[in-house]
Amino acid sequence: MDNKQRIVVIGAGMAGGRIVEEILKRDSSSFDISIIGAEACATYDRIQLSPVLAGEKSFDDIVTHSDAWYDANGVKTHFGYWVQSIDRVAKQVVLHDGQAIGYDHLILATGSDPIRLPLPGSDLQGVVAFRDLHDVDLMTRAANAGGEAVVIGGGLLGLEAAYGLAKRGMKSTVIHLVDVLMERQLDEAAGRLLEKALLERGVISVLSAQSEAIVGETHVEGLKLKDGRVIPASLLVMAVGIRPHVEPAKSAGLTVERGIVVDDQMRTSDPSIFAVGECVQHRGACYGLVAPIWDMCRTLADVLTGKNPDAAYYGSELATRLKVSGVDLYSAGQFNGGEGCEDIVFRDPGRGVYKRVVVKDNKLVGTVLFGEAADGAWYFDLIKKGETIADIRDTLIFGQAVTEALAGVDPNAAVAAWPDDTEVCGCNGVTKGTVVEAICGGADNLDKVRGCTKASASCGSCTGIVEQLLKVTLGDAFKAQTGPKPMCKCTEHGHQHVRKAIIEQGLKTIPDVMQAMKWTTPDGCSSCRPALNYYLLCAWPREYQDDPRSRFVNERNHANIQKDGTYSVVPRMWGGVTSAKELRAIADVCDKFDVPMVKVTGGQRLDLFGIKKADLPAVWADLNAAGMVSGHAYAKALRTVKTCVGSEWCRFGTQDSTGLGIKLEQDTWGSWMPHKFKMAVSGCPRNCAEATIKDFGIVCVDSGYELHVGGNAGIHLRGTDLLCKVATEAEARDYSMAFVQLYREDAWYLERTAPWIERVGLEFVKTQLFDEETRADLKARFLESQAVFQVDPWAEHAPKSEPAKVFSPLADLREGTSQDHITETA
Amino acid sequence: MNANVTLNWPSLNWIDVGAAIDVPYQGARRVDTDLGAIAVFRTVDNEYYAVMDKCPHKGGPLSEGIVHGRHIACPLHNWSFSLQTGEAVGADAGKGCTPTVPLKIENERIFLGMR
Repeated sequence: MDNKQRIVVIGAGMAGGRIVEEILKRDSSSFDISIIGAEACATYDRIQLSPVLAGEKSFDDIVTHSDAWYDANGVKTHFGYWVQSIDRVAKQVVLHDGQAIGYDHLILATGSDPIRLPLPGSDLQGVVAFRDLHDVDLMTRAANAGGEAVVIGGGLLGLEAAYGLAKRGMKSTVIHLVDVLMERQLDEAAGRLLEKALLERGVISVLSAQSEAIVGETHVEGLKLKDGRVIPASLLVMAVGIRPHVEPAKSAGLTVERGIVVDDQMRTSDPSIFAVGECVQHRGACYGLVAPIWDMCRTLADVLTGKNPDAAYYGSELATRLKVSGVDLYSAGQFNGGEGCEDIVFRDPGRGVYKRVVVKDNKLVGTVLFGEAADGAWYFDLIKKGETIADIRDTLIFGQAVTEALAGVDPNAAVAAWPDDTEVCGCNGVTKGTVVEAICGGADNLDKVRGCTKASASCGSCTGIVEQLLKVTLGDAFKAQTGPKPMCKCTEHGHQHVRKAIIEQGLKTIPDVMQAMKWTTPDGCSSCRPALNYYLLCAWPREYQDDPRSRFVNERNHANIQKDGTYSVVPRMWGGVTSAKELRAIADVCDKFDVPMVKVTGGQRLDLFGIKKADLPAVWADLNAAGMVSGHAYAKALRTVKTCVGSEWCRFGTQDSTGLGIKLEQDTWGSWMPHKFKMAVSGCPRNCAEATIKDFGIVCVDSGYELHVGGNAGIHLRGTDLLCKVATEAEARDYSMAFVQLYREDAWYLERTAPWIERVGLEFVKTQLFDEETRADLKARFLESQAVFQVDPWAEHAPKSEPAKVFSPLADLREGTSQDHITETA
Repeated sequence: MNANVTLNWPSLNWIDVGAAIDVPYQGARRVDTDLGAIAVFRTVDNEYYAVMDKCPHKGGPLSEGIVHGRHIACPLHNWSFSLQTGEAVGADAGKGCTPTVPLKIENERIFLGMR
């Protein structure tokens, strides 16, 4: 028998998992640890449920302590069990199946329960909270059925729920009692910006609205407000707050007020029983965020293991970050000011940026950042330190980089001076010491550090700090992954910089660019040359001479190379429409050149596979003779415009989608772009042409045309963003050309519209396209380049091709082959 | 994969395969042989090289790739090879090698060293 002390943890959530880990980290041999969890699964990061709901992460991504982890660390798990009672006299916990587990120290990590409003109808089917995996599962299934979702509660959790549901395709509305979203974390100005940003992501906010009743027979059908409005809903999420889960503590006779009352060492009214996390009430405060959990767990682990018997917890400063893709929002401390507080505010409505720092007695006490939140951790650190900011006050609002550069401070020096126990990653409770240790142990880049320490692997807000630590620890050996990434190994300049230099310095050939920008290779590489060729072509359509040697094989040979080295050819069929004559020409080509396979492509065109390179010119000549031009099915250019039949034949069609598709294709074909580009026109919201996963999609409706942008059905599926609605075909065409040109001029080579829009923001695209003059300029520049580039490469090549020279071998030395051929080319 | 594989002809027989000028600058031409196609390259510095026209990865026709420096990027999956040694370079270094073929230029004609 060993005489290990027995620790029992009730609750296997974030606090339960963390306390076990903190104890083991300090002392892995003196304790027998058991953990009891009501959810029948491992410990996961509950704050990451929002990305799971939004489909941006999977459950496996958010597991922090798996069954295997507990096994490997010798921790006994009782998952799927709940606690019947705590017998403080016998010092044992009785589970619902009657088994008793004895303890020397008991730790309550029972967390909290979602608050359910006592509204009539709250027991209807389809009414859920947003708290655990089960809820996420219910919500996901409801979203898959489509329909409308109403979320009560415009706080952090409610907004993340609403965004997740919108992202899964539901019409999503948030009902909030107050007139500002997230009023406990945001001031009014930031609240308004958030409202707008959410609307762009499909979440409607109804503010100052009081819920009266949930309506429906057996299943929820809507939410009735006090003012009489009824908002239809097939799913209703209550996200109005949480309440510490205190039942087991209460029935065991511990002191409980709002939460389980603990002292500065996390001890309850029974000296053998401790509590950590959201179930706790410490110095009158209950916390619903993650940072305090880590603080509490560290303190308790220090006390229990005797590492520091005098450790104490004095409460936590709080910072909040919203986990909605593309919405950068951060708030910390006393952001709303108050007596003796001064505000410093920065606004740039054009970019949707708003920053506010609150200063009191020359100390930073709070901040709200919207649109640009990268400096959140820096401000938060200043708040926690409480040192005077008098000498950086004038630049404080511009953030860390500017402030420290102007003060002549090496931004890395500050990080280097941090003590080892400074917490770097709040989500995963990783200290500077742990990160530095990992870096010294061989983790020499961000991904590796993430892999072995989990630092910066959750919300990512500490990425900058981890990178600074890499820099400080590795010195020159660390290639900064911050700042613009170089185009390739031939240069230190990023895409943006190169594009700018081409225009500003009037660089007009690839060697010019390489010379001016100090390329380190004689003629670049297969990654930068095609990019430079494109950038020059886009910048100087009339002057630049295209360089086929810097083009990928498909564009050089005007056909699509296949895995066996043969090619496929796709004749253009405008809007997907063809004729007997064209089909006959295609059939003849297939017979004549033994084409082994003809396939309808995803873009409604016919693809002729297995054509030998030497036959290409003859194939093109035949197709050209039937009036068909290159499909560009191989090119970084407009590929196809997919259409449905629209009003011409379909009983639902609202507009002539086929006709419009043909016009769009005729407008834009031949235009070189940063990457492939696809369009579609659907004749009604049934969206048969799948316009909402295209780079540019149009959904026709009775009153006109909805224009959608930035969709992608590639490796990462992305639905389009709604750009705007226009009334006429002419406007739709204008917008499509202006959008294409904006993409051509702004995106990086090989960046499709989806990641481009995520990078620059939909707001940028809108600002450019909604300005009438800018839109007209973009269109004019597009037409100018089309005047040069709208040429059919097949027609250009087919008649004047000299097959022996370009598409045939230099020589044929095979047995029985005449050597005369060689001398002919001399 | 062996480093620096050169086709092991018993005795070299130099064969005229065409005019040097017929290989495009920073480009390639193919020569068909009973052993498979050979790709003849001309680099940015006007140097000529010949390697077997088959990427050791998935058999891609190297003659259709982008010539950069003394390297060729395969058109199928963008592996890069040294034209001098035939070996994979960069991220895929050490993973494969395409045999090189002896080549010389005389009187502005290309000769491949064959059997």
